[in-house]
This record gives sequence, structure tokens and C-alpha cells, in this order.
Amino acid sequence: MTQKSDWLFRLYLWLFLAYMLLPLVIMGGAAFNDSRFPSVYPWQGFTWTWFIELWNDARLLNAFRNTIFVAVAVVALSVPIGTAAAILLNSVAGVARTALYGMMVAPILIPGAVIGISTLLFWNTVSVAPGLHLSVLGQVSYISAFVMLLVLARLQSFDRSLEEAALDLGASHAQVVRRILLPHLYPALGAGAAIAFFQSIENFNVTLFTRGPYDTLTVYVFSKVRSGITPTINALAVILIAVTIIAIILVELRRRRAERTSIRTAAVTQT
Amino acid sequence: MSDLLRRYGLPLTTLICILVVFWLLVLVILPNLYLFENSFRPYLPVVEMGGPKDVYTLKNYMTFVRSPIHITVFVSTILYSCVVTVICFLIAYPLAYYLAKKVSVRSLPTLFLILTIPLWVSEIMRSFAWFIILSLRGPLNFLLINLDIIERPIRWMTGFRSVIIGLVYTYVLFMLFPVYNAIQSLDTNQIEAAEDLGAPWWRIHWRVVLPHAKPGIASGSVMVFMLSAGSILVPTLLASTNSRWFTEIIQQWMFESLDWNTGSAYAFLLLILCTVFVTVVMKIFRVKLSDIAK
Amino acid sequence: MSASVELQDVCADFGGFRAVDHVSVDIQAGEFFSFLGPSGCGKTTILRMVSGFISPTKGVVRIGGRDMRDQRPNQRPTALIFQNLALFPLMPVWENIAFGLEVRGIDRKARRKRAEELLALVDLPNAADKSVGQLSGGQRQRVAIARALAVEPSVMLLDEPLSALDLKLRQHMRTELRTIQKRTQVTFIYITHDQGEALAMSDRVAVMSHGRLQQAAPPRAIYENPANGFVASFVGENNIFSGRLAERNGTHGTFVSDDGAFHGRLGPGDLSDPKLYVRPEHVRLTKAATDHNSLPVQVTDIAFEGNFISIHTQDKAGRIIVSEARNDGSSAVPARGEQMFAIFDRDRAMILSDEARADQAA
Repeated sequence: MTQKSDWLFRLYLWLFLAYMLLPLVIMGGAAFNDSRFPSVYPWQGFTWTWFIELWNDARLLNAFRNTIFVAVAVVALSVPIGTAAAILLNSVAGVARTALYGMMVAPILIPGAVIGISTLLFWNTVSVAPGLHLSVLGQVSYISAFVMLLVLARLQSFDRSLEEAALDLGASHAQVVRRILLPHLYPALGAGAAIAFFQSIENFNVTLFTRGPYDTLTVYVFSKVRSGITPTINALAVILIAVTIIAIILVELRRRRAERTSIRTAAVTQT
Repeated sequence: MSDLLRRYGLPLTTLICILVVFWLLVLVILPNLYLFENSFRPYLPVVEMGGPKDVYTLKNYMTFVRSPIHITVFVSTILYSCVVTVICFLIAYPLAYYLAKKVSVRSLPTLFLILTIPLWVSEIMRSFAWFIILSLRGPLNFLLINLDIIERPIRWMTGFRSVIIGLVYTYVLFMLFPVYNAIQSLDTNQIEAAEDLGAPWWRIHWRVVLPHAKPGIASGSVMVFMLSAGSILVPTLLASTNSRWFTEIIQQWMFESLDWNTGSAYAFLLLILCTVFVTVVMKIFRVKLSDIAK
Repeated sequence: MSASVELQDVCADFGGFRAVDHVSVDIQAGEFFSFLGPSGCGKTTILRMVSGFISPTKGVVRIGGRDMRDQRPNQRPTALIFQNLALFPLMPVWENIAFGLEVRGIDRKARRKRAEELLALVDLPNAADKSVGQLSGGQRQRVAIARALAVEPSVMLLDEPLSALDLKLRQHMRTELRTIQKRTQVTFIYITHDQGEALAMSDRVAVMSHGRLQQAAPPRAIYENPANGFVASFVGENNIFSGRLAERNGTHGTFVSDDGAFHGRLGPGDLSDPKLYVRPEHVRLTKAATDHNSLPVQVTDIAFEGNFISIHTQDKAGRIIVSEARNDGSSAVPARGEQMFAIFDRDRAMILSDEARADQAA
């Protein structure tokens, strides 16, 4: 069984990778095609036109700035909220825990459109006009749940007697949090911040309903797509994909280096 | 709670509670209550708000019930979201099994990094990619014609098939990762024990691997279904006039008719749909909410 | 039904690492055979080759005289009991046991009946509908055995199945396993690093080190006539003397060390670099010297171990010599600091090839 099916599995993996990546390649290729309509076929010749057009688009720069602003605000709010929620959840038990947990993960399972509309309606009733601040609040409502889950998972591996030991040695509550609890949570907080940041940049559904007159990147692209498609969108996609791939390569190189050093130290300690 | 006080003292405990209350009450519960409340109020010009006509009514929901078109769209949204979920599972399961049990541990991190590339590229770009591929004179038709599989170009973007193709591509990873996690936690000895007792491969999967992967499958199904049914981008880009998605109708109410009350009634229907789906999945798979949200 | 298992010059390589190195052994049908050795000695690899999860790089595995080269795990007449048991947690006990029968297409009623018979055989009646999580460690053990027996294997393979149990239960399960083996007459191949388990249960024990078979013999022979220093010191305790073999005299020889000259029994094989091994229970402490194998020592420490007393002494060269006396009141216990003679019989002292060399060669 192993030999034959292994070959099939490997083929399947490659097909899947192609399925995941080829569309992105095609989209990227269309950014360089000298054709009014984004396509790779028929090929009309290589051009930088779409990148130049993109660069001259003031709305885009503005949308980009807005996106970063929203993402930073979302990180600043959802990381403390998610962490507080995880700590609270970890210190209650029984029915209260189940109920709290249910409420906390529910926002993940609510469609973005619903979150967007409900946020819009609620703040409208208390006379807060739509705008990026509402997009931030709407996004925080479900992104906090991701942070909470990450921190909660990390808290499971936390030895609570460490806190007790620190208190026993005379540490203040603030010191316990700063010196014992937070250092243990740092990896989860870092991961949480990263996920919050990218989820926010990615977000479209919530933002669409709450943004008011402001643009974010996704909304800008969406309006472009609706108003008439030109390959500038592909050019933007190429830039985003390039940034992503560079980031991924950096992460991978760092991981490999870390792996090598750990192997080397293991070898040294063994001899 | 007293445990929290003892560990972190009064000021920190207060801060923790304030943050959580702010989140759950102000950001989650109250907005949804207002959504619910608004959906029962009529759409009125500003001057008449709070006036005698501003009473609770089922009018907004009756609009839905009386519109065969909207009902059809709602039902096809459910149906095709289910189809997308099933297709995602069929694609993801063999791969998840292979990654979890066969691929060498060393190459896994690199593979996952490559697999997550599409996730970092925003959803709108991913559906846009398929918009290009599936267009009448696009690369897919070109390829198929040159391979002599078809004679003349196929109009892909008609009916729901392009939406399904786009949704599957966009959300299949949300099925792959939870199922992978679930299978990965299965003790390989269990598979070997079943094999040693004489089970053929399909029975090993049916009796050992699949039951173990249930929470992951439930989690993936809920995510894929919810994202598909609630998707705005994919249907907007890839649907045609004869394949409308429920979120497009919500958008119409909100942005074109500016009737937020009917819009919230429709949004509430979408929320109920997702809640029902989660409940049904939890019942079928006999899993808890904590198993799903992982 | 039971079958013999034959390993013929079997090797297993993982990358550049040779986990099993030219092992040949014949296991009789119906035998309780143990592989004993430290972790990493290749014993688990042997088990996995017999069960079919690994193919040997070289050599042949035969079960019941049939070459197993092209037989997959689910086609071999073997049943494996995993170290962590690998019970299916999502099936009730009886379905676990009947899984092998389900696979063979036996109908539900017959499966249930057979599962209950097997539960009775392993002394677990009324557990059929329990979930695996409800069982204690010892009960799970029995379910795993019943599950393996259900497919009526000719050979049972057990991979340290008792290692997760606590001491008392482990000792109880030893007898239990032995009883079940005698009752079913199935060939048992048992993997362990616990010498007590191997000696107590087995018909024969194979001692492994660094992928090599050091000795395969009945438990008593392993203990009393170890083939080399590794076997002697892995199975049981020893006082070990370094030195050289000065004179051979038939089955015996004279061994000269810094502590003096001793007479001992010659072990098998190449003795060019020998050591002298004397087990603590064979060292007696007396007031008077004897004409040979008698060493003046001073008592340094006395440790009470329950059923025996362990007495540590030191000779002029500073070597620690341990003697064990049964705690039955038959011998007087010396006081600390007392001058005594450590004496041992020439038949109880073994001159064996060095353990370090046995390791190196492997």
C-alpha cells in the first residue's frame, strides 16, 4: 500500500499546490500585459504602464494609509481585549465558563456582513456617524476572539503555581503580571498581533458597511472592479504578493538558520 | 472571580473585566440586539421616526416571505454553500491526511508556508484571479481548446458554477487546516493497529481516521459554510445575472434602497441561517462548540 | 494455532544507521520469547519487521516457515500489542475487540459473541459496552490482548506493553500474560528493557545491544552463564574486576588483577580482553580466609533492602565490593568498619569478554 499510494499522494500534493498558486501567477502575469482588459491571453507585449498608473493614483495611497491606520488600531484594541478575555475565561469554571466561551467565539461564526450592519445600526442609534472608527470597532468584535483563542491555548501550558510562588515571595500583583504571566504569553501575543493585523487588512465585509465615505485597500479594489476593470488591480496584486513572498522567504530563512544552530548545539552537547 | 482577585489584585481585575465587558456588551451583544430590534421597525423618513408610525411590525420579514425571488436566492445560497462545503472537504481530506501522516516532518513547515501564500493575498485578489481565468477569452478556455478538449470557448461565468469554483478556491484552506490538525493529533499507532488487525485502507479511514477527525471536519465545515454564505466579494465578481447571492440583496437594501431596517431583517435571516447550520453540524458530528473553535 | 518465527541474518538500516545488525534467531511455535535490551538496541525494530511495518534491508523473516517478504501487516498471521496499546478511543470495548472480525466480514451478532468470550478469557466480563476511557490501566491492557487474540493470530507481538503500569499491577500482569499464553498456546514475542519481566515470563530470552544479538537462551542460562560482559552486567548486578587471564585450565582459569589472583569459570568465545564478574549474592563475608578467591576487605556501608541486606566493603586497592546476604537470620551481619574476607566460589566467578568490547564490535 505504502509505495504505490505515496506516489499518488505526492502527485495530488503537487496538483493542489499548482491549484493554489497558478491563479496567482496568472493574475500577476496580467499586470505586465499591454492590454486594456486584464488577461494573459492574447499576449500584447510587456509593459510597465499599469504600475505607473497605479503609482499616480492618489486614491490608492489614501486607501493604503487608511488600511494601515485601521489595522494598527485593531491590533491595539483586540490584543488587550483578547488577552483579558482569555485570562478571565481561564479563571472561571463550569457553566459560567461554557457560557462565556460561547459568547466569545460566537463573533467568529457571524458573517462579516451581519457584524458590519449591526455595528452600523448600533452606533447610528447613539448618533455616531459611520467611518473608519466604526470599521475598527466592528473588526475588533471578531478579531478579539482569534487573539483570545491563541492566548487561551498558551495559558493552558502555563504553570499557575509560578504566580503563586511569585506572590509568596512578596511580588506585587502588577509585578506578577509583568514578570511571570506576560513573558509566558509573549509568543501568543506576538502571533495574535500578527493575525489581528493581517485579518484587518484582509477585511472587506465588515468595512464595507461601516466605512462611511472612507476607502480601505479592499474597498478601493472592490470599487475599481465594479467601475471598470483595468490591469492596475493586477499591478497592485503583484506588489502585495511580492511583499508576501519576500516576508515568507525571510521567515523561512530565519527558521532554517534557527534549525541549523539547534542541530549544531545538539551536536556540541553530545560530544 | 475571587481567584482572579487573589492573583492579580483589584485594579488589574477591574481592568480585565472592563475590557471583556466592553467587548462582549458594546461590540457584540448590543449591536446584535439593535440589529434584531431594527429589523422589526418600519423604514421611515427621518421626520417620522419616533412618531405614530414607528411601531414594531413584521413588515420587513413579510417583504422577504412575499418575494419568491428573494426566497429562491436565499435557498440557492444555502444549497450552493453546502455544495462548496462538501467539495472543499473532498479536496482537503486526502491532502490533510497526507500532510499529517505521510509527509516528513522536516518538509512540513516549508509546505505550510507555501500553502498559506494564497491566504495572505486578500480574498478580493483571489476571486479576481478566477475572474481572469474564467473569462470567455481567458487562459482556461485557451488551454482547453489547445488541448482539443473543447472546440469553442465555454461561457464559465453563467449560473452558479463560477461562484462555486471561486468559493472553493478561496475557502478550501479553511477546511484543510482544521482537518489537518485533527488528523495530526491521531496516534499513528491507531492506524497501524487497525492495519495489523487486517483492515484495508478504506476501512481504516472509515472506522479510525474519519471518526477521529470529526471535530476538525465540523470546524472546517462551519467556517467554509459561514464564509461562503456570507461572502460578498466572490459572488459580486464571479456571479452572473442568473446567479444572485443573498448578500447581494442585503447590499441592495443597505446601499441602493437605503432601507436599513429591511436590510437588518435580511442580515438577521443570514445570522439565523448560520446559527442553525452551526447547531446542525454540532448535532450531526456530536461535537461541542469548544471542539469547533480551534 | 501457533507458528514458528525465523529471522535469518536480518539487518535494518535507517539512513546510515544500522538499527539491527545481522540477527539470526529461531523462535519455536508456542514459545514465549523475549527480546531484552536497553532502549535503542534494535528490539522494537525487530518486532516491527516481524509485524511487517518495516522491511528488512537484508535477510529474511519467516513465519511458520513462509517467507514474509511480500506480506503486508494486514496479511501476516501476527497481532501486535502496541506500547501505548493503541485502543480505538471512539469505539466501545467490544467493538475494539471485534474490529479484526468486522474487517473479516463476520456478522455483528457473531462478533459480539466472540468479543464476550474473549473478555471472559482475559477476566473482564461485563466490560463490553464500556468506553475505553472508563477502564483502568490494567483493564485496558487486557482489552488490548483480547483485541489481538480475536483475529486468532499465530504469533503475538508485544511491545513493552506493561511499561505504563505501576509496579504492583505490572507484577500481576506478568503472571496474567504468562497464563494467557499457556492457555492459548500462541507464540509470544515480547519486547522489554525490564530484565525482571523477561526472566520471569519467558521460555527464552534474547539479549540485544547496539543492534546485535548478544545471547539467546533460557532465563536461567542467561543469568548463570552469560555469554559476555554485556549480558552479565545488563542482567543482574556484578562486581567487576579488570586484569588479565594468566592461565587456562580446562573449563576454568586464573585471573590476575590489582586486587589479587582469582580462579573463575571461563566464558565462551574470544577471551583476549577479559574481565572477572562476580554477582553480589555469590560474595560471602567471613572472618577467616580460604585458600583461594579470598580478599581482605573492610565493611564501609550496610544497606537494608528488605528481603536482603547489601553490604559494601572496600579492599586495600580501594575497590568497592558488594555482597548481598539474605535477610533470613542465617548469617550474622557484620558491623561497619569490621575487617572481613570476601570469598566466592570459583564456579560462581565468571571470566568473560569485556562488555565494552562487545559494545564496540556492534
